[in-house]
Amino acid sequence: MSIVGTRVVRVEDRKLITTGGAYVDDLREEALSGAVHAVFVRSPIAHARIEGIDVSAALDAPGVVAVYTAADLDLAPRAANPVGEPWLASDVVRYVGEPVALVLTEQRYQLADAAELVDIDYDPLDAVAGIDAALSGETVLFPELDGNVVQTHGGPFDEKTFEDCEVVVTETVLNQRVAAAPLEVRGASCAWGEDGRLTVWLSTQNAQIGRSQIAAGLGVGEESVRVIAPDVGGGFGAKIGADPEAVVLGWAARRAGRPVRWTESRSENLTAMTHGRAQRNTVTIGGKRDGTVLAYRLDVVQDAGAYPRALFLPTLTEMMAPGVYRFPKVETASRAVVTTTTPIAAYRGAGRPEATAAVERAMDLFAAEIGMDPAEVRRINFIRPEEFPYTTATGASYDTGEYAKALDGVLEAGGYAELRAEQERRRAEGDVVALGLGIAAYVEITGGDAGGESGRVEIERDGSVTAYTGSSPHGQGLATSLAMLLSDRLGVPIEKITVKHGDTDEVPKAVGTFGSRSLQLGGSAIRQAADEVIAHARELAAELLEAGADDIELDAERGVWQVRGAPSSTVLSWARLAEAAGDTGLSADVWFADGKPTFPFGAHLAVVEVDTETGKVVLRRIIAADDAGPVVNPLTFQGQRHGGLGQGAAQALLEIMNYDDDGNPTTATLADYSFITATELPDFELVDMATPTTRNLLGVKGIGEAATIGSTPAVHNAVVDALAPFGIRHLDMPATPMRVWAALDEARKAEKK
Amino acid sequence: MKVGIEVNGREVAEEVEDRTLLVHFLRDTAGLTGTNIGCDTTSCGACTVLLDGESVKSCTVLAAQADGHAVTTVEGLADPGGELHPVQRAFREQHGLQCGFCTPGMIMASVSLLEHNPKPTRDEVRTGLEGNLCRCTGYHNIVNAVIEASGQEVDR
Amino acid sequence: MIPAAFAYHRASTVDEALALLSEHGEEAKVLAGGHSLLPLMKLRFAAPEIVVDIAPLDELRYVRLEGDELAIGALTRYHDLHHDPVLAEHAPLLAHVAGSVGDQQVRHRGTLGGSLAHADSAADLPAAVLAADGVLVARGPSGERRIPAAEFFVGPFTTPLEPDELLTEIRLPRQTGIGWGFEKFTRRAIDWAIVGVAVAGKAVALVNMAGTPIRAHATEEALAAGATAADAAALAAEGTSPPDEAHASAEYRRHLARVLTARALRQAGIA
Repeated sequence: MSIVGTRVVRVEDRKLITTGGAYVDDLREEALSGAVHAVFVRSPIAHARIEGIDVSAALDAPGVVAVYTAADLDLAPRAANPVGEPWLASDVVRYVGEPVALVLTEQRYQLADAAELVDIDYDPLDAVAGIDAALSGETVLFPELDGNVVQTHGGPFDEKTFEDCEVVVTETVLNQRVAAAPLEVRGASCAWGEDGRLTVWLSTQNAQIGRSQIAAGLGVGEESVRVIAPDVGGGFGAKIGADPEAVVLGWAARRAGRPVRWTESRSENLTAMTHGRAQRNTVTIGGKRDGTVLAYRLDVVQDAGAYPRALFLPTLTEMMAPGVYRFPKVETASRAVVTTTTPIAAYRGAGRPEATAAVERAMDLFAAEIGMDPAEVRRINFIRPEEFPYTTATGASYDTGEYAKALDGVLEAGGYAELRAEQERRRAEGDVVALGLGIAAYVEITGGDAGGESGRVEIERDGSVTAYTGSSPHGQGLATSLAMLLSDRLGVPIEKITVKHGDTDEVPKAVGTFGSRSLQLGGSAIRQAADEVIAHARELAAELLEAGADDIELDAERGVWQVRGAPSSTVLSWARLAEAAGDTGLSADVWFADGKPTFPFGAHLAVVEVDTETGKVVLRRIIAADDAGPVVNPLTFQGQRHGGLGQGAAQALLEIMNYDDDGNPTTATLADYSFITATELPDFELVDMATPTTRNLLGVKGIGEAATIGSTPAVHNAVVDALAPFGIRHLDMPATPMRVWAALDEARKAEKK
Repeated sequence: MKVGIEVNGREVAEEVEDRTLLVHFLRDTAGLTGTNIGCDTTSCGACTVLLDGESVKSCTVLAAQADGHAVTTVEGLADPGGELHPVQRAFREQHGLQCGFCTPGMIMASVSLLEHNPKPTRDEVRTGLEGNLCRCTGYHNIVNAVIEASGQEVDR
Repeated sequence: MIPAAFAYHRASTVDEALALLSEHGEEAKVLAGGHSLLPLMKLRFAAPEIVVDIAPLDELRYVRLEGDELAIGALTRYHDLHHDPVLAEHAPLLAHVAGSVGDQQVRHRGTLGGSLAHADSAADLPAAVLAADGVLVARGPSGERRIPAAEFFVGPFTTPLEPDELLTEIRLPRQTGIGWGFEKFTRRAIDWAIVGVAVAGKAVALVNMAGTPIRAHATEEALAAGATAADAAALAAEGTSPPDEAHASAEYRRHLARVLTARALRQAGIA
């Protein structure tokens, strides 16, 4: 029986549970001996002119090796996109957390003491603390731009779009700013070798992209930089490539002539690592009273933060706007604005959760307006299985989907009819604790970059296998999944397979991890490499066994080569063939370039209880179908779904990265930022489905982000559903107790009038 | 000041700054980097170790306060022969970890939880681990792991 | 984050602690479990020059029944309070509340005296001691004095303790078989209370409804005058001045105080 599709405990775990992983701050590499420690001095003000910087007191502090400011940096400015982000701010700071100076000390404990002594004279300017302030244009962040809008796309809208509709509903749906908050904050260690090469140990999802960014920033060739991603304690999109800090640290190591170590603090992480989401989306949905939607419009405003780093987000949201529905007319437009807040970039889902949240709220609004069950409205408008491949009005080419099956699966598993009856009973009895049922159906895009991936498979002389993947995991369990794929293909037990990644000297060319691309692209690359190795081995075996290549077969159960139909005759081990291959080795190094984007989908049902006296929401159940095609390892597949469910629910219920009107973050520690805990989450109920794709060698789609995308609107819709008897049709996320109570309070007051 | 702590059964004594936090003593002085730091506010629990057998957040204990006491970190949990502690084994079996960063603290908090409550319900596990944040797992499999480590059947 | 440098002194007796405090005065801060002080020091909101560690004073770790009073050593940890059978029988509110503070690890370190001396109006234990009519015993160079809880919490993070005084004991009237209730309202279980309500008998104390823990006097007076729990609870926000924050406005807190007081009274068996 093939190991693929069976539950395999992870090969990664032994180290992580005994000595702990080796994260950047844990490294005791020889090259880092004698390293100085680094801390960035960051702006405490959202928007200000820097009138002067006095580093003299800091330079006199114990253990200080250097204090660098923009005046010391001799790096070329970064390319404008459309505005340039300084390495260190020199004239103006534009968000709380923007780096202004770098302090190097001999010991870690000296950093904060010295940093406090860097005296920066700020002349405050007006903050642009949100989308409204940005659009008003009263304060313009970049004088070289006309206003604060940095990108527009799509539109204009047709006045007649909704003219055939019996019912039209419109609503502004806020997708609030959240923090990725991986448990391991950002860190980097930099050491220049005597050969003039820089090695950077970087907590990153993409060592190779990081290498290219650092080399470009420093103005050196890529061959002069080696990036090593050691164990990485979570990324969630916010550790793609290298942040500007890594470039400054590499520069500082060169200038100071010492290796440099940097680990940020959590408060720094929550203000200076990119945030995610931060869209304000206006949906308009129209259709007939029989439940047919005729037209859908999505108008996106993306808060890009102070310096745009990911302007693909709003346009990706536009592309995924219609979701799982066959809407005849779809219109989208987007604008991105700059604000005096932390830059926005990818966060688990990156553009797709925002699209799903918008359309799934719109579907509920439409259902409420025509008085139809939200499940039924969805069924009526789903793209049908026979319509695939399906090209949407926004230009996405969906591969495969069984949307109604996913929805019906979770409704049946959850006992939807019984839950609705229980809800009715509570409403009739005037129960203080209201029950809410929320449905979301979603489709998303994985491997959407279509950028390919590298894979290399080498058969060692002892018959063991070493594989190198360009996908650089940080918790996903990819090393286990790839070992399973190889074991299945080569007949070598996974104990004899080592999967390596994350070192640009070992894997020079790669894209890495984002957009749930790893298995479909990195996995396909490993499969392709394995197949090339097999082809080579067949030639070698044919020669050794003196048979035609067509007569040679690999017994994948035993991992041996033999002449077909003569099982008792001589067999050849992988070790024997590796030996026969001689100095050229038995290996294959491939670039899998054929992978097209795939479209995982699913449906979630959330059950919440809302205390209508206090506004407190408790998530009781979440039932999820997440279909990403055939499953390599059910263990890690479920783990990805669990994590996504937790993170998605957290956005609906708790998490918000909040700023006051002056642009001060008010949630900059983990005591203030409502990172969800075990007590706020229920056990997850999973419904299994596996609809393959034809768009890669494995038939798989990505699972890393899927459950995050479905769960946020499911939980959000459940809260609104609980409040429906009070006449409440919409409520912004997160559904914090005060927000729910305020909505209830307003509704009750309106009723009294 | 001179601080001496019995770390995983081994006496570690060094001159350190008075303000040295226990977590830095463990990581930098004792050289045990399994214990991680995830926040500044005693919120995340990544730095959880056992101090005289009780779980504590080692970022909020001075090394000086542990002077003369015994600390167990994740590195000291398996027996010297390499046999895993039941909690370690259960975390692996139940996929109670992904990126691994919260894991040492989560495991130590779980050991302490089971010490006080050997047969917890799932809700008691959730409440017992409220001081340990995990960004990867959604906690479901962490609960499974603690249930399994307690010798109870994992049914979901 | 790392505290600013300080000199660490460890006291091995109460007298030694008092001597250290006398010597260093306002430059010194007392460190017990450290779960109020060290987080502030790490964020550099506090930067004492001297830290006097009293955690080793096992003599201040006890729960004793003394006639009609309970005597609790100031260094008794939350975890031990929560699991103490004597406390559970004779001061059930405090035993319960101690189990709801922070998380498992915090409860292994945090001490009752530490929480009271820190005097954070958002903390649970000060309100519980206030509701239970506790008396705080402080020792200083001129001897011992007893301060009723109602006079102890004088302002945000402010108590009448002199820099050379040490809180050594908390005395509670024995409340065997008393009706009690506790409601703690949070977003997440580990958060500080947005609002909390502690009821012991017909005493009602509020968490985070003013700069200090306070008694809900209007509610108590109404109960004494024979009002129903529901009517009395409706008065719970009178005379309060709750904080106004982004995640919880003053108005919302007043509303919660009323709802939670009704619930806590119900728990306490008051109709």
